[in-house]
Amino acid sequence: MPEDFYRFTAHEIKRFISNDETTPVEVTASISDRIEEVNSRVNAIISFDRNDVKEELRRTKDKRAGKLFGIPVAVKDNICIEGRQVTCGSRILKGFRPPYDATVIEKLKKEGAILLGRANMDEFAFGSSCETSSYGPTNNPWDFDRIPGGSSGGSAAAVAAGEATMALGSDTGGSIRQPASLCGVVGLKPTYGRVSRYGLIAFASSLDQIGPITKDVRDCALLLNVIAGYDPKDSTSVDMKVPDYSKSLVNDVKGIKIGIPREYFIEGIDREVKESVINSVKLLERLGAKYEEVSLPHTEYAVGTYYIIAPAEASSNLARFDGVQYGLRKPGNLIDMYKNTRSVGFGSEVKRRIILGTYVLSSGYYDAYYLKALGVRTKIKEDFDKIFKDFDCIITPTAPTAAFKIGEKVDDPISMYLSDIFTIPANLAGIPGISIPCGFTKGDLPIGLQILAKPFNEETLLRVAYTFEKNSKLCGRRPNL
Amino acid sequence: MREERYEAVMGLEVHVQLSTKSKIFCGCSTKFGAEANTKTCPVCLGLPGALPVLNREVLHRAIKVGLALDCRTAKMMKFDRKNYFYPDLPKDFQISQYDLPLAANGRLGILTDGKERTVRIKRVHLEEDAGKLIHMEDEDASLVDFNRTGMPLLEIVSEPDISSPEEAYDYLTQLKTILKYLEVSDCNMEEGSLRCDANISIRPKGQVELGVKTELKNMNTFKGVKNALQYEIKRQGEVLDEGGTIKQETRLWDEAKGRTSPMRTKEEAFDYRYFPEPDLVPFIIDKELVESIRKGLPELPRRRLERFIEDYKLPPAAASLLVNEKEVADYFEDAAGIYKKDAKVVANWITGDIQGELNKRSLSIKELGIKPNDLADMIKMIDEGSITGKIAKGLLADMVETKMNPRKIVESKGLLQIKDKGELDKILYEVIKANPKPVIDYKNGKVNVLTFLVGQVMKATKGKANPKMVNDLLRERMDKL
Repeated sequence: MPEDFYRFTAHEIKRFISNDETTPVEVTASISDRIEEVNSRVNAIISFDRNDVKEELRRTKDKRAGKLFGIPVAVKDNICIEGRQVTCGSRILKGFRPPYDATVIEKLKKEGAILLGRANMDEFAFGSSCETSSYGPTNNPWDFDRIPGGSSGGSAAAVAAGEATMALGSDTGGSIRQPASLCGVVGLKPTYGRVSRYGLIAFASSLDQIGPITKDVRDCALLLNVIAGYDPKDSTSVDMKVPDYSKSLVNDVKGIKIGIPREYFIEGIDREVKESVINSVKLLERLGAKYEEVSLPHTEYAVGTYYIIAPAEASSNLARFDGVQYGLRKPGNLIDMYKNTRSVGFGSEVKRRIILGTYVLSSGYYDAYYLKALGVRTKIKEDFDKIFKDFDCIITPTAPTAAFKIGEKVDDPISMYLSDIFTIPANLAGIPGISIPCGFTKGDLPIGLQILAKPFNEETLLRVAYTFEKNSKLCGRRPNL
Repeated sequence: MREERYEAVMGLEVHVQLSTKSKIFCGCSTKFGAEANTKTCPVCLGLPGALPVLNREVLHRAIKVGLALDCRTAKMMKFDRKNYFYPDLPKDFQISQYDLPLAANGRLGILTDGKERTVRIKRVHLEEDAGKLIHMEDEDASLVDFNRTGMPLLEIVSEPDISSPEEAYDYLTQLKTILKYLEVSDCNMEEGSLRCDANISIRPKGQVELGVKTELKNMNTFKGVKNALQYEIKRQGEVLDEGGTIKQETRLWDEAKGRTSPMRTKEEAFDYRYFPEPDLVPFIIDKELVESIRKGLPELPRRRLERFIEDYKLPPAAASLLVNEKEVADYFEDAAGIYKKDAKVVANWITGDIQGELNKRSLSIKELGIKPNDLADMIKMIDEGSITGKIAKGLLADMVETKMNPRKIVESKGLLQIKDKGELDKILYEVIKANPKPVIDYKNGKVNVLTFLVGQVMKATKGKANPKMVNDLLRERMDKL
């Protein structure tokens, strides 16, 4: 029996535990040791306390029947856990301990998961590189000089580095899929409304979804099974039956029709990424799928549209961090308190987006920017609706390049924003997407492939992803730390 | 002079707190007067991650009000965010309704100086209330009580159809009456469950174009609204007379000083950056729901007034007095249903002596504690001749004090009318004996001293004798002398 449980997937650990080959105590000990061993180099986990682990083991003792019994899960620092600090990677929320659990956390607790460390993230999830956190950047486990992607960079890096067996991330414009791609793990953004947002500290409410980041597709289905479902506490969650996603794990893509959007294979995309994705599609073809080039004509407007809608909502969502009730407060009279607290508490990218969002909602500009963006958003959604009439899924690269160097794009927001160019449209359209490893660059950096399907059709994503994973023989490759 | 040169144009914005058990977007209690910050939860505190869910009862009550005001109920409504920073607003935005209000295009009939008028209702929309700031006297600090945060408010906006402060007063009274009939709000201005702002401009008579308006705030009574408008008409007239121009601004009414003063100008007005609330999906309002609410509407004051005049043969003035307060009108109908002989007598007692008791004790008719049945019994006792009208007036006060049935009070206090001739004769004898001079005067032809003697008898019987009977008997006895 192994002792290095940090190497294993959740479904493997589940089997060990149910066969009485190990216990949650041993599993969490292995993960805890691993965190202490590697986190100083990766910085994926921003708060970890062995006492919390003990408490978690006590809490989950009688949850043996739970679907995640004894499985260590890292939670992104923007999802509320009762009594535990949550900061969104920001100084402004320092010391804030929510008095309640997010709905996904309630579900994880019910199924016996061990809520381990907090995963690092770009401040308030604004970013694609996990560099803007007040806890310092997270490093890519495949190459410490490189970024892990973002904003759920901590979650993806933690899973890749074995600092957690699985993790929860959140995805507003690619924040689960892009880091999953750059860290060589699996990340799924569910359909908007599939998973409750209650307890997720909002970035852009109409785009945010919580989703799983895991080592393989089977774990992804396992975690999605736990977190999906209607929540009366979230008016935007959808009251639809949740299928058993493990049933989608079939090694068969015969008859699956794949659309390859030409707008996603444009100039500027890395040659190795492009080749890897094309080769992957060809592999699926050999396995019985059919593919065809399609067009999503409004793709080029997606990034612009997103950078109006998302900051607009964010400017309003982040207004509440004002020093009055919780978190950081810098004294002064009322106006000075607001100014000082927010000046000191927010980082520069957060300020940039608040100003951008405030501007596009201002009287006189609303119609030209926000209203127009809503219109384009509809067009983008219609593009997808049209394709999904004839195709089961769409395959694209997850990101235009593999992981870039730390600091490379920090001072160039536009180039940073473009790293989400392939993931943003799914958020605007509300459709589900998954990123799975599909190859490596010559420099041994992971490349990810994105699969998109129509709303509430996560099953197709999982089926195609599972089949690819089984046949590509990429699974199980982990960085050497 | 001025009144003849200018005419005023006014519109009112009324905020009504709906008296539902729980708040508009969470399950917290709406109870007034609880200890500060005890009726709160993550949702109404605006804690990060918490999400609003619309209270269905709030929606139903709002639809009810819309229908009672002859509004068109929207087929689809949505909520919007009104963004501004203030410490009593925990999210730093208020969830309100901007361009798709729940109901619009209604009207309200009012009667001023005997003239009927219709004021059009522009819109009726839902929003959440803010908290309450408490400014410390001995310290340079303010405290916030969030109990009021998230209380359901209905904003009722009139068109500028009101042309005098008296009409404004009547509009408010009539609106309050309707809301009380609908049993949707306590309409208690002191507790803040009904608040009113006013817009007012004046223009030279005959001019079609509207003048520049000011918005008046901080009126705490209906009378205050009337006084503020009267002041503002005068003020604006003086400004124009002196060749000045009216500034578009918000002005605060100071009740003690009896004047308005500027609060902020149009340039200083907030840009609220309204945009659709992404945490609440648009609501499709079911036709069947609206119809079932329409069917459940109670009889409204206007219809009831007609019915009182027709069915009970009441004079319009009395009927109107009764109808203005739903509780009083209900009380009248209950009492008139028991005492069927003459509804006018019942109405007279209620609008006269009972109303007097209500005013004197500042109680509602329910609090007064005279049951309709007791009032009917008392009137019957007068009819039966068991008590005199004079006794009845005193008896009413006794009924309020003791909450007892009048028959029991009369019995225990021995207030029954003296009908026994023998008993009365004895008293008469005593009175005649004690007043030899008036008796001689009478015998000498001064017939009007009889009134004095009757009075003496009444005094001796403490009002229990029937004055007519005393009169007759006295005459008889003295003629025999």
